[in-house]
Parts: sequence; structure tokens; C-alpha cells
Amino acid sequence: MSFTDILWTVGIAALKSVGLLVCLLVYIAFALYADRKVWAAVQMRRGPNVVGPWGLLQSFADLTKFFFKEPIIPASANKGVFLLAPFIFATLSLAAWAVIPLAEGWAIADLNVGVLYIFAISSLGIYGVIMGGWASNSKYPFLGALRSTAQMVSYEVSIGFVIVTVLMCAGSLNLTKIVESQNQYGIFGWYWLWLFPMFVVFFISALAETNRPPFDLPEAESELVAGYMVEYSSTPFLLFMLGEYVAIMLMCAMGTILFLGGWLPPVPYAPFTWVPGVVWFVLKASLFFFMISMVKAFVPRYRYDQLMRLGWKVFLPISLVMVILVATVLKVTDLAPKSPEPPPAPVATKAVIQ
Amino acid sequence: MTALFFYLFSTVAVASAFMVIAARNPVHSVLYLILAFVNAAGLFILLGAEFLAMLLVVVYVGAVAVLFLFVVMMLDVDFAELRQGFLQYLPIGGLIGLIFLVELVLVVSTWSISPDALQVPLASNAPLEGITNTEAIGRVLYTRYAYFFQAAGLILLVAMIGAIVLTLRERAGVKRQDISAQNARDPKEVLTLHDVPSRKGLPESVS
Amino acid sequence: MNTFMASSFGPALPEIILAIGVLVLVLVGAFMGNRSNWIIGTASFALLAAALLAVGLTPPTRTTIFAGSFISDDFARYMKALVLLGSAAAIALSSDFMEREGFARFEYPILILLSTIGMMMMISANDLIALYLGLELQSLAAYVIAAIHRDNVRSSEAGLKYFVLGALSSGMLLYGASLVYGFTGTVSFPGIASSLQGEASIGLILGLVFLSAGVAFKLAAAPFHMWTPDVYEGAPTPVTAFFASAPKAAAMAMAVRLFIGGFPSITESWQQIIVFVSILSMVIGAFAAIGQTNVKRLMAYSSIGNVGYALIGLATGTQAGVQGIIIYMAIYLAMTLGTFALIIGMRRGNQYVETIADLSGAAQTHPWRAFCLAMMMFSLAGIPPLAGFFSKFYIFAAAIQTGQMMLVVLAVIGVLTSVVGAFYYIRVVKIMYFDEPKPGFEKLPDGAQAVLIACSVVVVFFWLIPSPLVDSAAHAARSLFH
Repeated sequence: MSFTDILWTVGIAALKSVGLLVCLLVYIAFALYADRKVWAAVQMRRGPNVVGPWGLLQSFADLTKFFFKEPIIPASANKGVFLLAPFIFATLSLAAWAVIPLAEGWAIADLNVGVLYIFAISSLGIYGVIMGGWASNSKYPFLGALRSTAQMVSYEVSIGFVIVTVLMCAGSLNLTKIVESQNQYGIFGWYWLWLFPMFVVFFISALAETNRPPFDLPEAESELVAGYMVEYSSTPFLLFMLGEYVAIMLMCAMGTILFLGGWLPPVPYAPFTWVPGVVWFVLKASLFFFMISMVKAFVPRYRYDQLMRLGWKVFLPISLVMVILVATVLKVTDLAPKSPEPPPAPVATKAVIQ
Repeated sequence: MTALFFYLFSTVAVASAFMVIAARNPVHSVLYLILAFVNAAGLFILLGAEFLAMLLVVVYVGAVAVLFLFVVMMLDVDFAELRQGFLQYLPIGGLIGLIFLVELVLVVSTWSISPDALQVPLASNAPLEGITNTEAIGRVLYTRYAYFFQAAGLILLVAMIGAIVLTLRERAGVKRQDISAQNARDPKEVLTLHDVPSRKGLPESVS
Repeated sequence: MNTFMASSFGPALPEIILAIGVLVLVLVGAFMGNRSNWIIGTASFALLAAALLAVGLTPPTRTTIFAGSFISDDFARYMKALVLLGSAAAIALSSDFMEREGFARFEYPILILLSTIGMMMMISANDLIALYLGLELQSLAAYVIAAIHRDNVRSSEAGLKYFVLGALSSGMLLYGASLVYGFTGTVSFPGIASSLQGEASIGLILGLVFLSAGVAFKLAAAPFHMWTPDVYEGAPTPVTAFFASAPKAAAMAMAVRLFIGGFPSITESWQQIIVFVSILSMVIGAFAAIGQTNVKRLMAYSSIGNVGYALIGLATGTQAGVQGIIIYMAIYLAMTLGTFALIIGMRRGNQYVETIADLSGAAQTHPWRAFCLAMMMFSLAGIPPLAGFFSKFYIFAAAIQTGQMMLVVLAVIGVLTSVVGAFYYIRVVKIMYFDEPKPGFEKLPDGAQAVLIACSVVVVFFWLIPSPLVDSAAHAARSLFH
């Protein structure tokens, strides 16, 4: 591979990433707007309606505002870590998007272990929160960070098991293959139906994992002002907010891929098959996001012990039982996905060590 | 390209491992430890073991190190105090360190596999055609290494039982929410509706 | 994958029975809480008995399963039976103790069972990974039960000390194992043995040293004995009885299989290490025990010394030596458990006492108990015709038979230190029989009484019918040198 080839590959990947990044950020700007509108509608308010037609440009106005404000760093804060935290948080949330296939072949990196990659990266996101909370050197952020960490670690466990059940049905860790394995019977072939309990567990765990209401205890403005973000202002705050919404969208995308058939059309016949896959993907992700924002509008916040009970005493046993159940059913009905070829007999070779 | 990444990951890993012991602030130490883990995961990827790399990140960085950080942050360790005995133990510590160094030099300088070792037949560890390394691990983990897998499971069970035995305390006089009891309550039994006549109040028998 | 058929698990049946039983018991305990104490106590006896039966039914031929990681032979059967009996005795000893001290927990027998599984895995380990996993299972459960009286500062201290030092020794063992793996290219004992036909390289020897250090720690052999007195003193007495009995036998079996099975061709290299450890253990066990006032600390040093004697058998590296070890561990188990049954009986004025002075004049208040303890002490001192004499006799005889100068010297040192040891053992007898009597102890609990009777019978009447033990030990030892 010559140097120009390498440069070419890297350049293409960079271009793809920038393209995805821009689309994602624009989408999130409107998702944020939609979130507020839904919330307002449930409470019979009008929501943002001043900037631009119907308030459509509200998010951009907010962005500009955050951008031009002065970043304030508390005197007793651990400066390096304090500034590093929001960057880590935002970068990691964005990094996870590298493996999401928006349509057939539309992924920047089609990893063999895509699901694990997302799982790993989203578990790293905790560090942004905990570093921010600690580096602020202040009580409320610290409490918020501790809560957030415990919460995210707890719900990661059940998300992990949910993913395991899907993997058993799909027979691959590759996100594209997971979507393809649902390509049967249209909407009834997607896993939301076959693994309905897991879909519910995933949805609720996704709320907890992204600190969305009713599990927004890390922020819990009535108790902790703004949780781990209390001391942040201006661009660092913006990065936290951005990271949070990117993570929420990531969960929507994950839900779409794992349970709603990714880019597949709900009815596998024309004219539905004429619509490009990416449109279906965005529609499904938006539906998922709509459910998330509806929950925010009408479910009251959980108490911390209730949250922990739900995670460890309800979801963990349910998902464990489901893993066993799914494995048994797959084994008994012989529906389990087959490996590509029979295992070759282990070959005895001489150890080759120089 | 691979070589470049290898040197990048390994340099950062070694440097951050050094910073783990050199950092003054224990929280910084843990953060450097995490950096070292992540770079180790990078090295695994270069070896083509992407499954192990991801597991390293999920398990060590995502769970174990978080708990480390949790504890270190809450303990508020005072390193100045911890280092007070440092000089006192320096001679013996230095001696042990020196012995280890000499041993290491001895080992490295005579690094040769005994010729007979090369005659030992080993199971092939060459990547199998058309099989991802996740599947390759799965194939041996649940067959050849099932015994170790189960044994490790038992060890983790002991760890769990141990943690519960040594720390769980059922304190008396604490009000706990019993959700199943709450759900089992029947409105007919616990709630009565009365029409309260104006200016009369409830009859004595009810209130 | 024909290797993964249920029918091939036969040799591991005892472990499987225990493991499944433990899982069921954990569930029972989790749902019933401490009300289930007696159920779990009884059930764990039943499980141990079932496992013992399964051990008896295992074919005596040498079989390996799990692709050679797990070996079952006569040696394994014999040591497993010993370990199971030791664990059962430990549970019996603790029956009343926990209630009286107010920390009865249903997890205690469960942890003992888990530890027993670990010991059986150690005994059957045929490669370094299986060895380490078994060892870790055994030790982790042991750390927890050392601290099980968690409201007691000394018990917590014992648990913590044991844990920290145990983790260090596990680290050394792993380091050694990785060096051995690096220089031989395999972890299985037969593989290591066959790759070591020529001269051993220095790296391998270093690995061997680290492995020995880890093993010596688990055996509580000097110079890795420093945790023993504190842990033995701090842990609740039945727990101490457990530590001093079954895990010792298992660790010794593991050491024998590791050194004789894995490194038979470089005997001289590890022989020196074992001889050094053995001498140091015997000397420290003998001299440090003299100044002790606490019975449990005394027993700790006694156990260090006893491990030193048993290691003489390993140092020979011969079949007779291994036979000696097996006999030694069996008799040592009986003596230790019997002594601890009596220590558990030292309860006066609603609390347990544990200094040697508390025993003074016990011969007048409790003639039978004093007699039994005197027999145990004489036996530990190695006075004929009690069992302890024979155990030492087989070991020393094996060492002298080899005719190697070093081993003969070792045996002589052994005899000399046992003379020193006799001093403090017999001092206990003197205090019981010739000092002013103190107020009597409370009644011995049933469990302790049963253990005491069984152990006393073994110790006192061993010389009448020694052949079952000696013959089966010979069979077991032969199976290692196929």
C-alpha cells in the first residue's frame, strides 16, 4: 500500500465522517426543537415559537448564544480535567456513530464487532460525567456524577443482556448482519415482535442510560440544580448538552437497528421498497425519539432507590430469564443461525517459536 | 501503517502506566490507568483480536475502572500522609526491586526456549478461514475450556456471596418500600367514600 | 466435539454434585434467610457424603477429562476423601459456635462447600490454569469465612490480612506460572514434564521459585508463614479448625502433583527449595511456639512445623516420600481436628477462652477431655504408639531410604525439632494435670463431641490396624509414578 493510497483511504473516511457529523448535528438541532415542542404540547403550551418560522431556528439561536458566552472555570476546579470532561463526553458520543449503518452499506466502518463497539464506547461516556462532576470540586456536581455513574453502570448490565438476546437470534455482532437477519415478513419479522419484552426493557434502559426523564436523577434540577453540569457554562456546557443528545439519538439508532429492522421497509413490496433505506431509518429513529420525548412529558421522576430496584431486581432477572428462554427456543426449534461452515478439526501443529 | 499505530499505542500505554505511579493526585492515577487500558485495547485490535479489545474496554474501562474511580474519589486519599513511611521502607523496597531487576535481566539475557518445548504439539491458533475471531473464541471457550469457564463462574459466585455476607446489613427500624405489598393493596379494603353533609362533618363512628 | 459429552464427566462427578448442590443451597438460603440455617447445615453434610460416595465410585484408573485439564487417579481419590472428611468435620465443629456467638449465617456452610470444590479442583488439577482456578476458588471462600464474624475486629482483621497476603501470593504464583509457560510453551503438567528433558534454563528455574513461593504461602510454610498466627488467632475457632485441616491437605496434594507431575526431570532444582522451606518451617514451628500463650496461636505454629515435616516427604521426590506425605496429612488432620474440637469446648462464663493458662487443672474438672487433649498433644509431639509417631516415622524413613546426604540431614533436623516441639506440647499436658484447677467449662457441643471421638479413636488406636490407611496410601502414591 503506497503512501498516497493510505492518504486516499484516510481522506475518504474523514470526508464520510464530516458528512455524517454535519447531518447528525442538523438533525439533532431539530430533534431538540421537536423535543421541546412535544413537551410543550403535552402541557398545553406553545413551546419555542419566536426564532424563525414556528420557532424552527430556536436551537441555532441557543447554539450561537452558548458559543459567544464567556466560559467560567471555578477557582478551585481541577482545570485540566474540568475542561477535558465535556470534550471526552461529546467526542465519545459522536465516535459511536462510526459503525451505525444508516442504510445498506452506509456505515463509515462496518466492524465485525459493531454492537460491542457501541456498547464499549457508550460505557466510556460515563467518564465525561464523572470527571466533570469531580473536577468541579463542588458538592452538587459530585453527587450528580456519583448518581449518574451508578445508574449508567447498573443499566448497562440489562442493556448488555438485551443485546445478547438479539445477537443470539441474529448470529452476528455485525450491525449490518443484524439488520439483514430481520429481512423477512416485513414489519412482523423485526425483533420488536419476537423479543417484545426485551424491546420494552431496552427502551426503558435506554432512558436510564442516557439520563433521560424519568431517570434524570443525575441532573434532578429540583435537588441538584443541574447535577454534574452545575459549574459548566458556555461552550463546555454546550458540549455536554450536545453529547447528551447525540447519545440519545444513538440509542434511537440502536433501537432501530436491533428491534425495528434498521433501513428495511415495513412492507417488503413496492412501492415501499422504492423508498431509500435511509429514509426508513430516519423515520424509525424519529419514532423512537418521539416515544422518548413523550415519556419525558408525562412520567414523573423516579426516586433513586426505585431506580436501582428497577435495574437490578426487575430488569436483570427478566433479561437473564429471557436469555435462557431465547437460547432454549432457538435450540429446540433449531432456528438458531448456523455458522458458515462446520468447525474444522483442531490441527495439531508444532509450536513455532523463534 | 500498523507499525505506526503499534508504536503510538504502546508508547502511550507505557507512558500512562508510568504516570499511574507518578501522578500526585490519585484520581489522575486512575485516569491514566484507564488510558493505559484503552491503549492496550488498541494493541489487541492491531493483533486482529477485536473481540478481546472490545471486551477489555467494556469490562475494565466501562465497569471495573469506574468503580475504582468511584472509590478513589470518595475516599479522599491523602497521599502526603501515605508517603510518610516511604523513606523508612525505602531500603528494603529498593532491595526487593533490585533483586527483581537482576532476575529480569537474567531472564531476558538467557531468553531461549528449551529445545524440547518446540516438540510439544499445540492446538492450532492460526485464524480459521471465514470465521470471525468472536466465533473462534466461542468455539474453544465452551468446549475445550468449558472447565475453566465454569470454574471462573464459581469463583465469581464466591466473590458475590462474600460481598453480600460481609457488607449487607438488615437494619431494624428502617422503612422500606415494599412495592409488591403496595400493588397488592385493594382500594375496597383501605378506602371508604363518604358523602359529607355540609356543616355537619363526618359522624363520630367514621372519623 | 465428541470430547464434550455428558458421559465423559464421570471422574468429575464429586465436584459436579457439590457445585450443583451449592447453587441450590444458595437459592434456598436467599429465599429463606437465616431460618434455613439448619436445613442448609444438614444438606451440606448430605452433599459432602454424596460427594464422598461419588469419590468412592470413581474408577481407580488414571483418567483425564476436559482435554487433560482434570485428572482423576488413586492419589486424587484419596486426597479428595480426606478433604471431604475435613470439611465435614469443620461444619460439624461450627454447629453450635455460630449461634452462641450470635453470627449464625446460612452462607457459612455454603462457603465451606465452595472452598471444598476449590480444594478438589486443586487436587485434580493437571495444568497450571486449573491449578490456579482451584486455588483461587478455595482461597477466596477462605478469605470470606475468616472475616465472617464481621462485627468482631479481630475476625475482620484476620480476613483482611489473609486476603491481602493471599492476593500477593496468588500474584507470585501467577508470575511463576507465566514464566514456566513462557519457557516451556505449555501449561499442562505432562507437557511441561516432557518438554524438560534437557537442562532447565534460568528463566524456568525462576518461574519454579515463584511457583514454590505461591504454594508455600498456601501451605503456610516458612518463610511465607507470617499470616498464619494472626489469621488463626483472629478467625472464629471453627474457621481456624477448617483452615488448619482440609486446605492444608489440598495444598499439599497440589504441591505434590505440581512438582512430581510437572517437573520430574529437574528434581534437583526444586528439591533445594523444598529442603530450605522444610527446614525453616520446622525450626520456626518449633521455636516460635515456645513463647505462645494463646492456644490458637500455638496451633498455628504447630501447623507450620507440621507442614515442614510433610515437606520432607516431597523433598525426597520418591514414591515412599509421597506415601509418607499422604499418611502424614491424614493423621495430621485427625490430630488437628481433635485438638480444635477441644479448643471449641473451652467455654466458661458464657464466653470462649483461648489461653493455655485457662486449661490449668482441667484434668480434675474434665478428666476425659483432658485425657483426649493429652493424647492429641503426645501424638503431635510424636510419642509412640500414638498415630503422630507413625506419621513422622514414614516421612523420616522415606528420607533416609534415599540415602542422599541432604535428605538424611533433613531427617535429622526433623527429629531434633520434634524434640523441641515436644517441649511445648507436653507443657500443655503439664498445665492440665499439675496446675491449680480453674472453674469448669461448659458442656461440649454435640458436633464437637462427635469429631473429638472420631479423631481420638484414630489417634489412639491407629497402631492396632494401620494397614487400611498405609496400604491405600501406597496405592495412591503408586498412581503418581505410573
